[in-house]
Amino acid sequence: MSTSKITYAKALNTALRDALTEDDDVLVMGEDVGALGGVFRITDGLTRDFGEDRCIDTPLAEAGIAGFAVGLAMQGFRPVVEMQFDAFGYPAFEQVTSHIAKMRNRTRGALPMPLVIRIPYAGGIGGVEHHCDSSEGYYVHTPGLHVVTPATPADAYSLLRESIASDDPVVFMEPKSQYYTKADLELPTSTEPIGQAAVRREGADVTLITYGPQLPSALKAAEVAAAEEDWDVEVIDLRSLVPFDDATVEASVRKTGRAVVLAEAQSFAGMGAEIAARVQERCFHSLAAPVLRVSGLDIPYPPPKLEHTHLPGVDRILDTIARLQWDDEPDHTHTPAEVSA
Amino acid sequence: MSEITDLLPCPEPVQLIAADGTAVEPSEQARERGYAMPNPEDLLAVWRAMVVGRRFDTQATALTKQGRLAVYPSSRGQDACQVAPVLALAEGDWLFPTYRDSMSLVTHGIDPMEVLTLLRGDWHCGYDPQATRTAPQCTPLATQAVHAAGAAHGLARRGTDALALCLIGDGATSEGDFHEGLNFAAVFEAPAVFLVQNNKYAISVPLAKQTKAPALAYKGVGYGVRSEQVDGNDPAAVLAVMREAYAHARAGHGPVLVEAHTYRMEAHTNADDATRYRTKDEVDGWTGQDPIVRLQAYLVEQGHLDDARIEEVRAEAEAMAADLRTRMNAESIVEPLELFDHVYAEPTPQLREQRELVRAELAGTATAAHGSNDEKDAQ
Repeated sequence: MSTSKITYAKALNTALRDALTEDDDVLVMGEDVGALGGVFRITDGLTRDFGEDRCIDTPLAEAGIAGFAVGLAMQGFRPVVEMQFDAFGYPAFEQVTSHIAKMRNRTRGALPMPLVIRIPYAGGIGGVEHHCDSSEGYYVHTPGLHVVTPATPADAYSLLRESIASDDPVVFMEPKSQYYTKADLELPTSTEPIGQAAVRREGADVTLITYGPQLPSALKAAEVAAAEEDWDVEVIDLRSLVPFDDATVEASVRKTGRAVVLAEAQSFAGMGAEIAARVQERCFHSLAAPVLRVSGLDIPYPPPKLEHTHLPGVDRILDTIARLQWDDEPDHTHTPAEVSA
Repeated sequence: MSEITDLLPCPEPVQLIAADGTAVEPSEQARERGYAMPNPEDLLAVWRAMVVGRRFDTQATALTKQGRLAVYPSSRGQDACQVAPVLALAEGDWLFPTYRDSMSLVTHGIDPMEVLTLLRGDWHCGYDPQATRTAPQCTPLATQAVHAAGAAHGLARRGTDALALCLIGDGATSEGDFHEGLNFAAVFEAPAVFLVQNNKYAISVPLAKQTKAPALAYKGVGYGVRSEQVDGNDPAAVLAVMREAYAHARAGHGPVLVEAHTYRMEAHTNADDATRYRTKDEVDGWTGQDPIVRLQAYLVEQGHLDDARIEEVRAEAEAMAADLRTRMNAESIVEPLELFDHVYAEPTPQLREQRELVRAELAGTATAAHGSNDEKDAQ
């Protein structure tokens, strides 16, 4: 197969196509996945090539789609469900948390749920409300789910293939802003497995930990920091939020001594808080500064003309990195009350 | 598209045996749909299973009062709905029960101890769903309706003629998943049969505050699902109607919704006080509708059942209850480390760490260290 420019969207389409070809038990299903090929065309041509029994247009009912997939998984099928948009997945939340995540556990392993829930998520595309939520925090908080989020076309292909092959349910979060990212890529391809983070840029001074939609901003900020501030930033792409790769993160932070967590999601009680806590618990003696977070604002996703205010950009990342030049000597002269005043 | 007359339920609930045990002539529409008095052997099997099931139910209620079960939702009074639909299933069929359907599980051949594992607090499900073709008892309302639709579609795709029976309560018909389940099953022409056991109360909320529909059975019609209503305290009618529903689904004609009009004689669970929301007169009125008494009177009157056989089955039920008591009185062994075994096919690194913590706690060697520690590692 020749190497060519492959978009993230095309990589996903090819992954679905290859999975459907290799395993008759794989089913693609969701609203508009048939003739339309999905609103982002991720399922383009699959009904044409595999039939409407393999790439199934369903009634418009997210709980129904997820629950129907549960019944099919009980019969040995491997459904790949599309939720169309992040916030459209909320009606299915009970099916995901009460049944898909727990069925293996409830039945002592007798009924695994080998299904994938694809969720186009996050913003930066000028979408109107309910189309840009960063909903990963709801899923990572639920034991029994794997949660992965590829940031590159190669990962999009490889992680989707691995997710479909997994005997556990995978919430597969696709950053919409990356759908048209291109890479020189030969498919099929195999990248690091689920559960392993990737070091996308090596650096010595600070570890910038990110995933999904914010990887491009992280890499851009690292370039600017190197060019203008003489900060050598190491960029880690988590790829998989559950399982979480403590080892790669720990090794990097112990090397650099400083860590910034970058997530597009609102920050309060989110994935960024979890990462910061884990780094602090594990690397406290190596840290020269507190672990800081760069995130979206703690607001409902804003209207398109204001999303630039919400989204963490390169400037906000650089400002946060600058704050890592912490005083060596702790200042004990202020009480907390004075500080807050 | 089906004709609406094919979908509409009979105007009155189908009845074959009256409350006093006498045979009832079915309506013309009921006859057209093939509902006829089942043969004596089948009715005897239903009667026997109800006697055993009722004894299981009263024993479980007693065990709850003794603190052996965390909670028990009784289905006494719904015995005909619990037993007849399950006995009519074929080998490869799947059952999707709720928390109230323990009697159905016992009828389905699942060991009573395994049925009570959930309520005893030992694990979330005591039986193997694959081996028994029975989904775990579902606590969230109506979520199993979409599972049953999906499973039924899966069974049909596999080329079998098996079906999925979904048990549901009247309160659950207000949930979105009930409607999504009916709609999905209809659109995919899945061999799923939904049995609504309308026992008149969703915990304490009466049917009148649950729906404005003249009967829950009408809810199927809007989805293109064949619908029926039956006297849920008439075991013969329940058996006849469910058999026809199964035949319809198995023949590839799509799902069926059956509403059984019945009554829960006990409170919602032992934790509930039913005197707060229903009158003694109402309960007494239903006591006269008892499905076991009704069928037994019919079978005795018809000469199919005598005192010796009645005593024999009563003894069988007592032996089951005694065996259950003995086994329930033994302390169960629960293994804390099993908590980590079934979260994922392979535990995550984080779960491995937590498993090690619990293992150390159990061994009395736990330390405060949780996860790695860079100072310790550096030494």
